[in-house]
Amino acid sequence: MTFWVTQALNGISFGMLLFLLAAGLSLIYGLMRMLNLAHGSYYILGGYVGLATIKVTGSFVLAALAATAVVTLIGVVMERFFLRRFPEQELPQALLTFGFLLIFADLSLWLWGGTPQTLPKPEIFERSIRMGTIVFPSYRLFVIGVGLVIGLGLWWLQEGTRLGAMIRAGVDDAEMARGTGVNVGLLSTAVFALGAFLAALGGIIGGPFVGVYPGADFEILEMALVVVIIGGLGSLKGAFVGGLLVGLLDNFGKALFPELALFTVFAPMAIILAIRPTGLFGVR
Amino acid sequence: MLEVQDIHTNYGESYILQGLSLRLGQGQVVAVLGRNGVGKTTLIRSIIGFTPPRRGRILLRGEDITHLAPHEIARRGVGLVPQGRRIFASLGVGEHLEIGQRAGNGAGWSFDRVLELFPRLRERLRNRGNKLSGGEQQMLACGRALVGNPDILLMDEPSEGLAPLLVRELGRILGRLKAGGASILIVEQNLAFALRVADHVYLMSKGKIVHESRPDELLRNHEVKARYLGV
Ligand SMILES: Nc1ncnc2c1ncn2[C@@H]1O[C@H](COP(=O)(O)OP(=O)(O)OP(=O)(O)O)[C@@H](O)[C@H]1O
Ligand SMILES: [Mg+2]
Repeated sequence: MTFWVTQALNGISFGMLLFLLAAGLSLIYGLMRMLNLAHGSYYILGGYVGLATIKVTGSFVLAALAATAVVTLIGVVMERFFLRRFPEQELPQALLTFGFLLIFADLSLWLWGGTPQTLPKPEIFERSIRMGTIVFPSYRLFVIGVGLVIGLGLWWLQEGTRLGAMIRAGVDDAEMARGTGVNVGLLSTAVFALGAFLAALGGIIGGPFVGVYPGADFEILEMALVVVIIGGLGSLKGAFVGGLLVGLLDNFGKALFPELALFTVFAPMAIILAIRPTGLFGVR
Repeated sequence: MLEVQDIHTNYGESYILQGLSLRLGQGQVVAVLGRNGVGKTTLIRSIIGFTPPRRGRILLRGEDITHLAPHEIARRGVGLVPQGRRIFASLGVGEHLEIGQRAGNGAGWSFDRVLELFPRLRERLRNRGNKLSGGEQQMLACGRALVGNPDILLMDEPSEGLAPLLVRELGRILGRLKAGGASILIVEQNLAFALRVADHVYLMSKGKIVHESRPDELLRNHEVKARYLGV
């Protein structure tokens, strides 16, 4: 029983982490028709900046603030000064973001070295919660809570606000949105920044259990892409459900059939794609 | 109000508008007529900035708007009712009106006044764009442009695909807008409809204006009608 509960919690919390990354990836794709291959880099940069901040200040909260601020700024600069120059040109954009992925990877290796590192958990989450015979690791519950809060917040932003309506209008028909007076360029920057923020937040809250290490950028990007493909490009709901699904599949796969590695994630993805080529909630 | 001066517009290598000029005065309804593919939509796209002209100028209230971004042009007072309506599939009726809302020229088109003009839309306020009928979409496209309180309204074949009853209804609505002082540039293939609503008509052929006159003059000019409209 403890095994199943613990594994389920691990899977769900990993799923929430993937949701944070996939949500940004998917929103950016929806509005700008662009796959940001440097999205996983925001995760490790968030983790490393957070780690550096913790070493100096000892505060997890300050680490989260510093990491998200730095990475959001990086996202804004990338969008405004680089990607903006190649509107609707998929190949140049893909190459450009891939270039950033390589630069950030080398930069991180140079600044922070090649040893895998984990962020210390905030102290209040060091202990576990015990209910009868079952032990809940409290940090995992915290991660799930963060995922739920962010999910609700994003859903409200998208469905319940004028800004969200403008974003959806841009996703549906960017040219017509412009013709209605919506500054789609500015929205794109904002959405890109939001995506970078969420990925950096992922680096912070994932830091204590996934950790940061050379290659984590690519691994997390790969998983987030699987989530987006399963959930459907451009769909927030898809990112959430897909994240949970992939998190659980990955975790139970590794626990029950360690020799199969990523097969337990990719096989279901192939099946879902065969049945629904646009993913679970995608329209395109 | 709006002055289009000798514009030349391309799509890549294809040269579509070949030196086109026209004017729309304050409070006027001007119709541009022409057969399929003569470049009517390209004219609208040039004005709103989707496909800016390579040469020539477009003036709105005397200000040069030729090379502004579309959202800037819209905000300076150009309302667009595009061909095919281009309703946002995932937005509710109310959301279309919300994102289009601006004080604009102060004509006072508010969310509520637009719904008074189109009572059908009030009943469908929470429906998404892709759940509306063609007629409802056309009303919504008009409403979305109106809530921006534009100085001029660009309408690209608003009667296209509407049942005759709805076309008449649309004519009445245009009449009310005109009575309220709106300046409207309307592109049409439906000759009868255009002649009913317009103060002045232009005929287009192969990217140029080939004839202009009052509607009643065009009605009597059988040679021009036969040559450029095939009627
Ligand atoms: N995006 C585009 N790229 C290349 N050529 C185009 C494009 N859009 C239109 N054209 C061409 O430009 C010409 C003018 O098209 P336009 O849409 O302006 O005509 P129109 O008068 O509005 O026709 P209709 O009455 O069918 O709406 C046509 O020959 C068309 O094939
Ligand atoms: Mg047309």
